Amino acid sequence: MPDTLPFATRFGSNAGQPVSRRDGVAKVTGTATFAADNHPEGMLHAVYVPATIARGRVTHLDVAAARAHPGVVEVITPANRPLLEGDPEAKHFMFAFRFEALQDDTVRYANQPIALVLAETLEAATEGARLLDPRYEAESPRVGLDGNTPYTVEVGAFGRRGQTVHGDVAAGHAAAVQSLDVTYETPAQYHNAMETHAVVAQWQGDQVTLDMPNQAIVMSRGAYGYYFGIPAENVLIRSPYLGGGFGSKAIPNGPTVLAILAARMTGRPVKLMLRRDQMFGPVGHRGATRQRLRIGIDAEGRMTVLDHESLATTSTFDDFVESAANASQGLYAAGALRSAHSGVRVDTGTPGPMRAPGEASGSAALECAMDEMAERAGLDPLEFRLRNYAETEPGTGLPYSSKALRECYLRGAERFGWAKRPLQPRQMRDEDGMLVGWGMGTALFHAPMFQAQARAVLRPDGTGLVETAAADMGQGAWTALAQIAADSLGLPLDKVEFRSGSSDLPDGGVAGGSGHTATAGGALHAAGRDAIDRLAQIATADPASPLFGAGNKGVTARDGRLFVTDDDSRSESYAEIIARAGGSEVIGTGSAARPPEQAAKHAMYSHGAVFAEVKVDPDLYQMRVTRLVGAFAAGRIINPKLAESQLMGGMIWGISFALHEEARFDARTGRIMNADFAGYHIPVNADVSGLEVITVHEDDPHVNALGIKGVGEIGIVGTVGAIGNAIWHATGHRIRRFPIRIEDLLRAERG
Amino acid sequence: MSFSISLTINGTRRDVLLEDARVTLLDLLRERLALPGTKKGCDRGQCGACTVLVDGRRVNSCLSLAVTLDGAEVTTIEGLAQGDRLHPVQAAFIDHDGFQCGYCTPGQIMSAVGLIAEGHAGTDPDRIREGMSGNLCRCAAYHGIAEAVQDATRRMAAEDERASA
Repeated sequence: MPDTLPFATRFGSNAGQPVSRRDGVAKVTGTATFAADNHPEGMLHAVYVPATIARGRVTHLDVAAARAHPGVVEVITPANRPLLEGDPEAKHFMFAFRFEALQDDTVRYANQPIALVLAETLEAATEGARLLDPRYEAESPRVGLDGNTPYTVEVGAFGRRGQTVHGDVAAGHAAAVQSLDVTYETPAQYHNAMETHAVVAQWQGDQVTLDMPNQAIVMSRGAYGYYFGIPAENVLIRSPYLGGGFGSKAIPNGPTVLAILAARMTGRPVKLMLRRDQMFGPVGHRGATRQRLRIGIDAEGRMTVLDHESLATTSTFDDFVESAANASQGLYAAGALRSAHSGVRVDTGTPGPMRAPGEASGSAALECAMDEMAERAGLDPLEFRLRNYAETEPGTGLPYSSKALRECYLRGAERFGWAKRPLQPRQMRDEDGMLVGWGMGTALFHAPMFQAQARAVLRPDGTGLVETAAADMGQGAWTALAQIAADSLGLPLDKVEFRSGSSDLPDGGVAGGSGHTATAGGALHAAGRDAIDRLAQIATADPASPLFGAGNKGVTARDGRLFVTDDDSRSESYAEIIARAGGSEVIGTGSAARPPEQAAKHAMYSHGAVFAEVKVDPDLYQMRVTRLVGAFAAGRIINPKLAESQLMGGMIWGISFALHEEARFDARTGRIMNADFAGYHIPVNADVSGLEVITVHEDDPHVNALGIKGVGEIGIVGTVGAIGNAIWHATGHRIRRFPIRIEDLLRAERG
Repeated sequence: MSFSISLTINGTRRDVLLEDARVTLLDLLRERLALPGTKKGCDRGQCGACTVLVDGRRVNSCLSLAVTLDGAEVTTIEGLAQGDRLHPVQAAFIDHDGFQCGYCTPGQIMSAVGLIAEGHAGTDPDRIREGMSGNLCRCAAYHGIAEAVQDATRRMAAEDERASA
């Protein structure tokens, strides 16, 4: 958006500051109200019964036994489930996934809901659910990447292209002096936010209030309205805090819809909170991938071809295929580029977006393959990447809106001490005899914008109120968005009330895709400017104001006053201006979205470089990440303190991907064998040390009015490969399957 | 069959009539005593989100049956601050950004208070990380958590020194 308005606001007084979280006190005192903390009068507890087979049908439920249990109020099964007005199998909007809401007795995957028990207490509902003792007619489940016949994907997740070719791939292969052909695998992963999915549903007539964590608050109104045959306005979603989301809380799911239905059926408020094991099924996951990478280089180490194929698991009844191979599209200047996706239908819930969908898995394979290619060429891995640095987007030739990746490489490498890295593996030991290895990876994530609206009010007392239904799942929206809004209103942060997290506010868009700050922030910025614009028009047209007639020179808003732009001696407070104009609030509105013509002119990405040190026990092959330095260029950083936390969190997700997380399926039953935190490992505090984040400043005039790209997902992207490469460098063993396990190294060691 | 127990929760004596022996301390706090600050993350002692202090020791309240706690003294996240004055651990968590979504935070903070009282970790970062490893954080705010515990340990030691001087 060009800065052509005659009325400027001073920008940068709040934004850019490392302000502590505005919801900090609420969160450390236990007064931040998460969905399941609500307990309305007369509330029933709901527990859903998860299928213990992965494919087949339910033949019997002991409803009588469950009903007979003291405290049980209702048992809902396909036999008595009231009508849903909207079809759970319909794809009625972009984020609609097919789900199971007891429409029939079919079981499509383990942990799918097959009944819902309502009781006066959680204990009674839990016991009632157990007493249903389901019996099944089970069919043999299809699990894993070889579980079914692959099919070609033309359109991947969220409309991303399934098949992309730039240049002459065959010629690129033919021209290669050296080449690489390797296959990597990544496992199924489950989001597992610490707060499991929860809802407290209360009906009043044909209006429903839903306390639930939600990453797409206003959009979800329409979705739930559809399922229950009521207008979107009749659905109030309150989501002040999300206990983590990571992509899983934007999409309606079966258990939630059943709980809302149960509340309507019983005429009482209903609370449903998923158990931890129930998070492994109906609420999305990251599908497993098998990726083949073929790279060719010329005599100078320049890539003649980058050919990336990905096979990913999806469900039998809906489509979401990880766009893993697209990770190779925007990064390296290969002569020819190909990304090809295929899917395999297995008996699991449908995958969905999980932190850095596509890129996390794709980059894990790509960055390790780059390391292998560098090894083969006898080049330092960073030097190899610099030789293939893309000055324009490979394939399209579009200029980048900004790209400080070279600086990320250099600053990260310098901080890490990369120059001292021996080229050969297994060269370094620490004082305790541990094998030490250093590896690196490049991070790339697109910088999207969605659509959002906002409202900004200047009150008669000179304070501000801003509103947008944004979602804070831990990234710091309550703080960073308020900083942007305060600047747009020319007010200090403590003079601005920020209302958010409720569907009766203007649409703040989706909190996902690393685009929330840019999008909701853009709308708030526009709304604040609009309010100041209106206030300035009132003042400059009022002969009694010291600002009278300043319209041509323009005015500047700061610290609750308007100033004539070139004359600080002429100013007036917002309160004075409003009082003389009759004392009414001044209201501004704004919206944000990326104009398509802008998107067509530039390639827009955040970039980063991650350097990892691992230590490996030479006898036991235990692996530890001992240092991790990430340098990231993500446009303008609104709150360095919170952005650093988010980037570190992403990097730790990288550690998790590389060394910890994996859902393991039992081939006989199709059930996940490790559906709890004892078996599904994520890093603990002792797994994390030596973390450093460097943010590299970028001025980006093209990406959006605020120059924001987003930091939510990029941290995970380069980190996985960096750790895999460091393990190779420590041990000389290239493990091509994530997570890398002790037994993989032991096996490799024994040949 | 019903059970009558008496607990001191955050300094206040609560007499509780339980109609059900299956109620955990966590569900007692959250669903019956209107103290939802303590969070449920896994309900089987694997994540630490439900950590509270029972007679000064940190425990997973999801694994403690309420009926076994007659006469116990329980401290939850709601009982840590004194009015508007935050406990040093709470303040340090804000200063060091030791949380993102805030869901595991009550458990992290109670665990940190317990760890500091145990006195085994001191300000040694490795021992702090080890001692805090029963509390999972999916946002992975571990760096800030470890810093916050270290800082709070120092602050509390300094306060103790002042008090005893």
